[in-house]
Amino acid sequence: MSFYALWQEQDWQSVQQSVLDCTQGDVEQALQRQGKRTVEDFMALISPAADAYLEPLAQLSAQLTRRRFGHTMQLFIPLYLSNLCANDCSYCGFSMSNAIQRKTLNEQEVEAECRALKKQGFDSVLLVTGEHERKVGMAYFRTMLPVISRYFSHIAMEVQPLSEAEYAELRSLGVASVLVYQETYNEQVYAEHHLRGRKQDFKWRLQTPERIGQAGIDKIGLGALLGLTDWRTDSVATAMHLRYMQKHYWRSRYSVSFPRLRPCAGGVEVAAEVNDRQLVQLLCAFRLFDAELELSLSTRESAYFRDHAATLGATHFSAGSKTQPGGYADQAIALEQFSTEDNRSPLQVAEALQKQGLQPVWKDWELGLS
Amino acid sequence: MTWMIDGVELQSRLLSGSGKFGSASLMRAALEASGTEIVTLALKRIEHDMQSDDMLSATADLPLHLLPNTSGAKDAKEAIFAAQLGRELLQTNWVKLEIHPDPRHLLPDPVETLLAAEQLVKQGFTVLPYCHADPVLCKRLQEVGCAAVMPLGSPIGSNQGLQTRDFLQIIIEQASVPVIVDAGIGAPSHAAEAMELGADAVLVNTAIASSGNPVVMARAFAQAVSAGRQAFEAGLAGRHNGASASSPLTAFLE
Repeated sequence: MSFYALWQEQDWQSVQQSVLDCTQGDVEQALQRQGKRTVEDFMALISPAADAYLEPLAQLSAQLTRRRFGHTMQLFIPLYLSNLCANDCSYCGFSMSNAIQRKTLNEQEVEAECRALKKQGFDSVLLVTGEHERKVGMAYFRTMLPVISRYFSHIAMEVQPLSEAEYAELRSLGVASVLVYQETYNEQVYAEHHLRGRKQDFKWRLQTPERIGQAGIDKIGLGALLGLTDWRTDSVATAMHLRYMQKHYWRSRYSVSFPRLRPCAGGVEVAAEVNDRQLVQLLCAFRLFDAELELSLSTRESAYFRDHAATLGATHFSAGSKTQPGGYADQAIALEQFSTEDNRSPLQVAEALQKQGLQPVWKDWELGLS
Repeated sequence: MTWMIDGVELQSRLLSGSGKFGSASLMRAALEASGTEIVTLALKRIEHDMQSDDMLSATADLPLHLLPNTSGAKDAKEAIFAAQLGRELLQTNWVKLEIHPDPRHLLPDPVETLLAAEQLVKQGFTVLPYCHADPVLCKRLQEVGCAAVMPLGSPIGSNQGLQTRDFLQIIIEQASVPVIVDAGIGAPSHAAEAMELGADAVLVNTAIASSGNPVVMARAFAQAVSAGRQAFEAGLAGRHNGASASSPLTAFLE
């Protein structure tokens, strides 16, 4: 059974209500659970009732994280290849109806970006594009990946959903990890925010992680865009999705991200805000749900928040991010996907981590091994 | 709560064996007391003229699913032959796949078991493989289409309980098919422990059949399995994690 079919058996309102109905007793049981925690435990840990237990939750999360990951933080940087997009999404600065300057990097420009990033110390890169099958599709990736893989030992991608065969080809071109965020697991809300383009196909997107797993990609990233609708219900769906994926595609590693909706050109109002306290609760709940899970916090979050959250459960930080194509080699360009909060340089982020006793790690994998 | 194997709904989470009993009537009484719905039988021991088979005639009127096992097979080829024989004799697609080339400890051969499982699934069998408590092997067995996995608690017939506990836990956490802990369960407390871990069922033969009173022991196992399952469903309380008075990690949110 596909996750799509499994999720269709769930009723959004009932899931939402079950989380709200969790008691302090449920939270205590979830905190004290020996062995693997259940989705019900996760629901209790993100429930309003768990707010009173935030400190013990954070303590447990910090312990589990140090036990599994040691005193390290993996650093990576997004490399925006293109902001062309054939979708209209209410929350994204790249939306086709936004009158921003469009740019797709050519081979020389990609190389210039790679060199600029390499100079900053990064060996792990996340390639990002808008969704434009024709101009920024497999043919483009086939040309650019051999260039990029000369510079980085770990390549992750966050691009439009592809077919299983295309993921298998990306893998052979050196892509070790693929991130595809569902944005929201609420099919109706999803329809309200995706107004044009192939991204309107909820089912195709929801089944993407399964195609990635089938293609044998080493690491798969999941997540919901927090703020489109009730973040708790979306997070329960993410947790269920994660468990489903882990059962069926057990050779892959998994990561979860917690992007909070950020202001962007022509963007929507945040419908359901997640405050800092709740974001910490969510991050720690995921850690208790899965001790091996990689948890990523981007520069969407402030330096203050990230410095404190670093020891609580996060394992991956981006740093020095520019969300516009060509932004590393040429500082003057301004056509960003969203505005970042933590604008420190990678070196400054690394120093802040070291002050907290965490070693910044710039490398994730040796390409020659795969 | 019921559970399923291959679409068949089952009430009892205790599977029994049919070997080692002092008599066929004692076996029948013990099986009834155990409440079991699935009973294994060794193909090597069935009389081919089934009317004269003690075990089969003694249980013919009980509501049991017979699960022929390939015990005695030393490799995949022998096990596949035994499975086909079982299908013909007992009119069932179910087979408990057992391959143990080592006659001393009767430990299962992982390589031959995986090979045989893959072929038997292709031939339409519902395969329940007996295997070591190896989480990766269990994943591989699920991938080739096994209907359940049957990892061992300790060497078969040894009554040593869950020596493989930590690995069983991983197998249970990862499983997408039922996990039946098989072999080594020597006491009702061992069975309860497996059920508390979250196993879907246990298989017990020697500890019942070799007991001084198999009927009473069968009932004791049935109760232990039921108690362990209820405890798992209720959720065990963990060691207490006291909340600290100060908030060193979350004070920054104030």
